[in-house]
Amino acid sequence: MTIVQTPQVDAPVEESRVSKLVARVKRVVASNPSVLPTVAAIVIFIAMVIYGELAYGRILQYNTLSNLLINNAHLIILAVAMTFVILTGGIDLSVGAVIALSSVAGVMLANAGWNPWIVILLMVLIGTSMGLASGILIQYFNVQPFIATLAMMFLGRGLASLLSTQPERLAEESPIRWLGEQFKLIDGPKVNDVVITPGVIIALLVVLGAFFVLHRTRTGRTVYAIGGSESSSALMGLAVPRTKVLVYVISGTLAGVAAVVYTSRLGIAQNITGIGWELDAIAATVIGGTLLTGGYGYVLGSVVGALVLGLMNVLITRDGGIPPEMTTIITGGILLVFVLLQRAVTSKRHT
Amino acid sequence: MSDAAHTNWLRELIRKPYFWGIIAIFALLALNVLKDPSYLAVTVNPVNGNLVGNVVDILRASAPILMIAVGMSLVIATGGIDLSVGSVMAVSGAVAMVFMKEAGQSGSLGVALGAIGLALLVSAVLGAINGILVAYIGLQPFISTLIMMLAGRGIAKVITEGQNTSATNDAFRWVANGFIIGLPVVFLLALAIVGVVALVVRRSALGLMIEAIGINPKASRMAGIKPSGLLLTVYILSAVLAGVAGIMSVGTVMTVDVSRTGYQMELDAILAVVIGGTSLAGGKFSIGGAVVGALLIATLDKTIVFLGISSSATPAFKAIVIVVLCLLQSERVRGWFVQRRKPPQLRTESITAAQSKQEVSA
Repeated sequence: MTIVQTPQVDAPVEESRVSKLVARVKRVVASNPSVLPTVAAIVIFIAMVIYGELAYGRILQYNTLSNLLINNAHLIILAVAMTFVILTGGIDLSVGAVIALSSVAGVMLANAGWNPWIVILLMVLIGTSMGLASGILIQYFNVQPFIATLAMMFLGRGLASLLSTQPERLAEESPIRWLGEQFKLIDGPKVNDVVITPGVIIALLVVLGAFFVLHRTRTGRTVYAIGGSESSSALMGLAVPRTKVLVYVISGTLAGVAAVVYTSRLGIAQNITGIGWELDAIAATVIGGTLLTGGYGYVLGSVVGALVLGLMNVLITRDGGIPPEMTTIITGGILLVFVLLQRAVTSKRHT
Repeated sequence: MSDAAHTNWLRELIRKPYFWGIIAIFALLALNVLKDPSYLAVTVNPVNGNLVGNVVDILRASAPILMIAVGMSLVIATGGIDLSVGSVMAVSGAVAMVFMKEAGQSGSLGVALGAIGLALLVSAVLGAINGILVAYIGLQPFISTLIMMLAGRGIAKVITEGQNTSATNDAFRWVANGFIIGLPVVFLLALAIVGVVALVVRRSALGLMIEAIGINPKASRMAGIKPSGLLLTVYILSAVLAGVAGIMSVGTVMTVDVSRTGYQMELDAILAVVIGGTSLAGGKFSIGGAVVGALLIATLDKTIVFLGISSSATPAFKAIVIVVLCLLQSERVRGWFVQRRKPPQLRTESITAAQSKQEVSA
């Protein structure tokens, strides 16, 4: 209730701000049409929030938005990871399987009595090593990213299944669960609280870190340059081989981090955890405006893309009339719309 | 002289891209024989005269993989990829099962043919959508078939209302479980279809044109090849073959499991194509290689179960196969082998140089 009223109080200020923002967005889009898909993703997200609020209610309130973040923290991390890889023109199909391996191994080690901090470190390192393996295959043995990460996907899934095919339950008193514990930041009326978990904070830190690396460092510029043209960047003297390996290492490491965040929230790991998450991550990245051929895109766009997917699930559950089977069809439809949009934008630039 | 000819012949064989695939199949079979010496034995069932044995099982299991591997190798030859084959399998299986269930329990041939026809038609429509997105709208094959992969499984779930659907129809079941002159129908059918596809693409200019598109679409257009129509054809063909694979795989158990049927089959198809030596960059294809790849995957699947390892661990072994094959094909590893041969030559040269130096000094 309170949140709905506040914008009305200072509406005039808001309006001038909004018009200024619109003007600025228009200027940016005109000078650089490749931001259009990202802007479209933000517009779609806001439209989904407004539609959800009007149609079902209880969307634009603290606990729904908190839950959106808590439930999709791992997806946000994966989308950030995928953005790095796709920006270089590559792809990482292994993230879902890496999560399965890392989670199952982590939970089993924690239950075997290992120090939880070492377990968490190992879970992240499992991701790092898988990413390093893909990166080396791609850079030094000239294997296509698609095939190399496919192999890592098979390897991760297979090793996770070798470890256990049963759901592995994290002990109730395990300190790892603390990462998934919910903290009340703002105590709203009834259950309408702003709730946050350490996992969400980790996700936000990852987003900030990725933003910094991509837009403020030499490595980030090299990532974009490789996506633009690998041979040109090599001729310019950029560290292409190192950066390409690094991108897959980042992706694997973040998949490991996502495994920690997800496992600590759910407390259960299984060999089938994370099936199809690479697709969700790719979808989030594409919806967020990153071009699959590389070179163009924004990490914050991918975060919005992940939130669009998460909110879509919320709306479908709220609606009740849409059978859950339709979820993937709708995801596919949204993805298609965004890819067509990108196609229209890029073809306009080329002609 | 004969020794040199012998090594040449060997070198020629090693250069065949699917050579290592054949070696791997024999290695796996040998491993099985080590565990059970009677593994390769094929016996004749005295009641119906059918061949029974592990090898027959492998052939039967390879049929659906063969279908999608052949379709995938054509798609990859155009420089594309079809990630939707697994989902198309699920849709095809769902259509066939629901059609037969709606038709009641009459196990007539007509109903079976209707189910198969409808399943293939729906598959062709899905393939046409892929083809239109790739050929006429110009989307990347990866992303348009990815969308179809996501949506396809959803469509299969909507068709069956999310339930696993079973039906009974003897004619339909015969396609997957029957025998002709002692051999499984499903394998003979797969072989026949692969043969027809191979004949059509290799005896006509079709295969050449497909490869031309994969090498350089612009140049092939200038040479008078219209890529759009060909691309559309290839994606429809791939989807129809996936539809056949779907019918084969639901026919064995007469149940469609919408989340498991065709699950990750696109990866098996890609793996088969890679084992066959076709580069994912496009521009060439080898039906023979795809067949070897499909047989290797079926052998690998069966071997792992036979060795008593959980079948959900199969992907790890497939990963090892992929990595080893990719390493063997990479320039760097080949360079290592060449280098290992070179040093002795260099040494002899330096020795002769040293000798000549000694001679000079002498």
